[in-house]
Amino acid sequence: MPRARAQRPTREQFAESKATMARLFKYIFKYYGLHFGAVFVCIIISVLANVQGTLFMQTLIDNYITPMLVLGLDDFSPLLEAITRVAGFYAIGILATFTYNLIMVYVSQGIQRRLRNELFSHMEKLPIKYFDTHAHGDIMSFYTNDIDTLRQMVSQSIPQMVNSAFTIVSVTISMIFLSIPLTLITFIMVGVMLLVTTRLSGMSAKYFSAQQKDIATVNGNIQEIMSGQKVVKVFCHEDAAIEDFNSFNDRLFESAYNANKFANILMPVNAQLGNVSYVIIAVAGGAMALSGFAGLTLGKLASFLTFNKSFNMPISQVSQQVNFIVMAMAGAKRIFELLDETPEVDEGYVTLVNAKEDSGAITECEDRTGLWAWKHYHKADDSTTYTRLAGDVVFDDVDFAYNPEKTVLHNITLHALPGQKIAFVGATGAGKTTITNLINRFYDIADGKIRYDNININKIKKADLRRSLGIVLQDTHLFSGTVADNIRYGRLDASDEEVIAAAKLANADGFIRRLPDGYQTVLSSDGGSLSSGQRQLLAIARAAIADPPVLILDEATSSIDTRTERIVQDGMDSLMKGRTTFVIAHRLSTIRNSDMICVLDAGRIIEHGNHDELLEKKGKYYQLYTGKVVNA
Amino acid sequence: MIRRLAGEIREFKKDAFMTPMFMLLEVAMEMTIPLLMARIIDQGVSAGQMDQILIVGFFMLIAAAIGLFAGVMGGKYGARASAGFARNLRKAMFARIQTFSFANIDRFSSASLITRLTTDVTNLQNSFQMILRIGARAPASLIVAMTMSFYISPRLAMIYLYAALILAVFMMVLVSITRKIFEQVFKKYDELNASVEENISGIRVVKAYVREAFETSKFHLAADNLYHMFIKAERLMVGMMPVMMGMVYACILLISWNGAHLIVGGELTTGELVSLLAYCMNILMSLMMLSMIFVMVTMSIASAERITEVLTEVPTISNPDNPLMEVRDGSIDFMHVDFAYNDRSIEYALTDITLHIDSGETIGIIGGTGSSKSTMVNLISRLYDAKNGLVRVGGEDVRKYDLETLRKQVSVVLQNNVLFSGSILDNLRWGDPEATEDECINACKLACADEFIEKLPDGYDTYIEQGGTNVSGGQRQRLCIARAILAKPKVLILDDSTSAVDTATDAKIRKAFREEIPGTTKIIIAQRISSVSDADRIVVLDNGRIDGVGTHDELLAGNAIYRDVYESQTGGGTADFDEGGASHA
Repeated sequence: MPRARAQRPTREQFAESKATMARLFKYIFKYYGLHFGAVFVCIIISVLANVQGTLFMQTLIDNYITPMLVLGLDDFSPLLEAITRVAGFYAIGILATFTYNLIMVYVSQGIQRRLRNELFSHMEKLPIKYFDTHAHGDIMSFYTNDIDTLRQMVSQSIPQMVNSAFTIVSVTISMIFLSIPLTLITFIMVGVMLLVTTRLSGMSAKYFSAQQKDIATVNGNIQEIMSGQKVVKVFCHEDAAIEDFNSFNDRLFESAYNANKFANILMPVNAQLGNVSYVIIAVAGGAMALSGFAGLTLGKLASFLTFNKSFNMPISQVSQQVNFIVMAMAGAKRIFELLDETPEVDEGYVTLVNAKEDSGAITECEDRTGLWAWKHYHKADDSTTYTRLAGDVVFDDVDFAYNPEKTVLHNITLHALPGQKIAFVGATGAGKTTITNLINRFYDIADGKIRYDNININKIKKADLRRSLGIVLQDTHLFSGTVADNIRYGRLDASDEEVIAAAKLANADGFIRRLPDGYQTVLSSDGGSLSSGQRQLLAIARAAIADPPVLILDEATSSIDTRTERIVQDGMDSLMKGRTTFVIAHRLSTIRNSDMICVLDAGRIIEHGNHDELLEKKGKYYQLYTGKVVNA
Repeated sequence: MIRRLAGEIREFKKDAFMTPMFMLLEVAMEMTIPLLMARIIDQGVSAGQMDQILIVGFFMLIAAAIGLFAGVMGGKYGARASAGFARNLRKAMFARIQTFSFANIDRFSSASLITRLTTDVTNLQNSFQMILRIGARAPASLIVAMTMSFYISPRLAMIYLYAALILAVFMMVLVSITRKIFEQVFKKYDELNASVEENISGIRVVKAYVREAFETSKFHLAADNLYHMFIKAERLMVGMMPVMMGMVYACILLISWNGAHLIVGGELTTGELVSLLAYCMNILMSLMMLSMIFVMVTMSIASAERITEVLTEVPTISNPDNPLMEVRDGSIDFMHVDFAYNDRSIEYALTDITLHIDSGETIGIIGGTGSSKSTMVNLISRLYDAKNGLVRVGGEDVRKYDLETLRKQVSVVLQNNVLFSGSILDNLRWGDPEATEDECINACKLACADEFIEKLPDGYDTYIEQGGTNVSGGQRQRLCIARAILAKPKVLILDDSTSAVDTATDAKIRKAFREEIPGTTKIIIAQRISSVSDADRIVVLDNGRIDGVGTHDELLAGNAIYRDVYESQTGGGTADFDEGGASHA
């Protein structure tokens, strides 16, 4: 379990913590208020039981043993009675401690589960933009580091703080009753302890952040070299790699050593300062008692010393917990930030339904018919119309920008007729992928209109819009699970036969059967054991089984050899017959037979037409295609 | 395993030894101070003796000072020993991995090597520090407290002994049960996090297929599962608490009761009873600490095993005795070569490959996905060893060469080529650390990389991000080719290294090869016919066997597979766009 991020707090962090803390407690009490009430009561009972136990040790000697010795009595029954009573209190204490710890297990695990679930369901609803602008490692650490520190805080810090606070208050009151001057001295020593602790924490904070930085460097280097290990070997670069690594590694050693050193000496320093405080009280108190100052008696001094001892412990505990709580609050703040992110908005109301056609009229039906329709409710006259899904896509003067300062697509206008194959070509960054991301509304356009079967796509419910579009991306993402699971991701209720049929269509059946367990072979999360070509074939099978009315292939065959690609393409073509396909590719053999090829440059469509028309034009496409420069 | 790992303590042996020593000194002070405290009260405060208070107080201050010194030194040495141990482990593993062959790397996978170098080392570092600091402290304080108790009153001390034994057995049983549960829990926990990671990186797929609800319910189910397992494990741990506390309290009460009898009977003094009660806490605290170490250590055993695996892995390829230090020329021979990645594989990846390549010849290799094109060329620079048959370079068995000599002369541009963080020049100099800037520029010209580099704001000093993410695919490939050329090899192998480069640039690169480095043997693996059609000879691979060898025209006439590939790509021109950027505008 990661236990990094051991930073010490700054002043601003304290202020921020307060606000987050208030929110966190509101959250916790909303679900676990009663539990916490019970925990609070149990803690007090257990502290009291413990205190009476400590007191008993004194009364044992003063009230029972000494009198018996002095008076020479031989009657143990009062002692037995006292011990039984104490045992009873102890039993109650144990029960209380057990109860609150048990409750805390449910509370801390419950909060953890609830937060985790809320985080995940909320994350799934966030727009793609969120994932573009946040490093994946950072999002991950919400689930690992942050929730974990938070759970530890809830389960350990809170009860301990309550416990310590209660102990400190009760001990302080007792001390004040015994002697005010000595209490003041104790407080001064506590001040010294806190001062030293803060100083040491400061030092250790400095080195801890240095350590975090060095860990990041070392891990980054490890990651880089391990993933490029084969290249290192090919260039006989082993010695140089070792040399680099050693220097990073040595730096990490220095900071790790220092950080741990200061963390380690915190405890002994606190403990010994406590002992010094004890001696000072003994000497000062002794002097006062002997001179009869402020009514201090020797008996009182003896009791005071016991209290002094039990005072130092919770103080150093609290000072350690404070750091931890501030750390946990920083995590809680990050978690709340994610929960506060606005989810993808969806005002769409046009839905996609299975349909059947009876003598020209389209009606909705339950079963999958291969025919889809847009169910369009018109508020104006309270009527519902059904439009047959055809795959007619129109871009009307569309502009788009990822951020307002920089428009990446300008005046995109195009019309894809049902059943056409539309290709986008152009250099990296020309905006090919962006266009397809607008059709499925991963991003929303800045200006212009996109119409799908003559319906503005903003009116279509996002889920239904996306369900009508099959997308195969260049970087194939596989999920951990079997090969069959991964194909079935396209349509969850697909039968085994359908899975195999889809794999055959994608020409993936052959290699899948050669895997150790065929379709039941378990793939690791990134499908590491498969070649990138094989992964692409699986992604195509996944899209094929979804059997979408419109298909978007974004460099989906770039790692597949051309012969296999042709087989796959034939399969896809027959599947997509009469349906619209968008293709992005840099390989000409992939796009040559398209009905329309759009050449993109710097976010604009500079040419469009079919292969022959574009060659005729002798423009950019011709240039790229023939490698010849045309004097324009 | 322990001996192998302990060997890595090396120069920190002194620190590793001093830590427990200082911890023992701290324990001694910890034991002394309560005695002094009792004495301040008994002989000073209660008796009203100010001089006793001062004297004992003075001793106590000295004890506190020694305790402070011991604690600080123990903390310091402990930190140094454990941080040093971790450093040495990382260093040793890293160096070991550098000796690994491709087969070794395949066996571990880079992801698992990364975990071993990071998480596993941290686990071991923490356990080691625990063992050094608390491992000495807890038993020492247990033994001292026990001995003192026996010294004071053997009869009463027996109570502790029984209690300690019962508790020890109880904890052993409990720990071994909970350890199993916790192991499962942590595995489930890792799986849960893996699924989160999967969802973050695959969010586009999730959204494209509208699987948000599906993923969420899958996640909730897993989270519920984890919740119940955690509850089960932690309930057991919490259940341990009443037993422990009950034991402590029972001891206190039993000692009080029996102690009172002994005192009245004159066999024990009050002061002794107080000390006995103080030791009670010491004994039980030490037991708790020990059980904690036990848990920590058992949990890190898995990490220790995984680290040892790396440290003891034997590289499958190593330098021969009396190696050849020179490669005569760039001729290559495959003689009845078979190859399998895995001893258990029934099917060979390469079967009966026999081929002679003259020095300076240009060879194209073509074949479908999975036809073992890469495998074949990887045998030339001995990245893998052939299973049967012989591979020769410059007329000599590759196994006779010094590895570095061979690999410097046979330069491979791998299919999954990687750039490293650093400037473009730094990256190029991987090929030849001594190369001048002019040589670097020259190599880039050959690889047609100079045009785009010169357009970059910082030119050849442009900083490449980790993994080369700030250059496009086509640019990355050209840089990798330049890097390989810079090594001035006798054999240059391009493993599908121009797939993202547009056709015209691809042709330019090949032309440069022909004109500038005619003496170098060039092997080009490609999916595009146009990349290999002008080669001296083309090898068609199918299912790990050579299906045909010949010139473009010969194969077109006589090889069905070749013709098929050709037809799949033609119908006019065979040009492709540059994936990386319009290069000739």
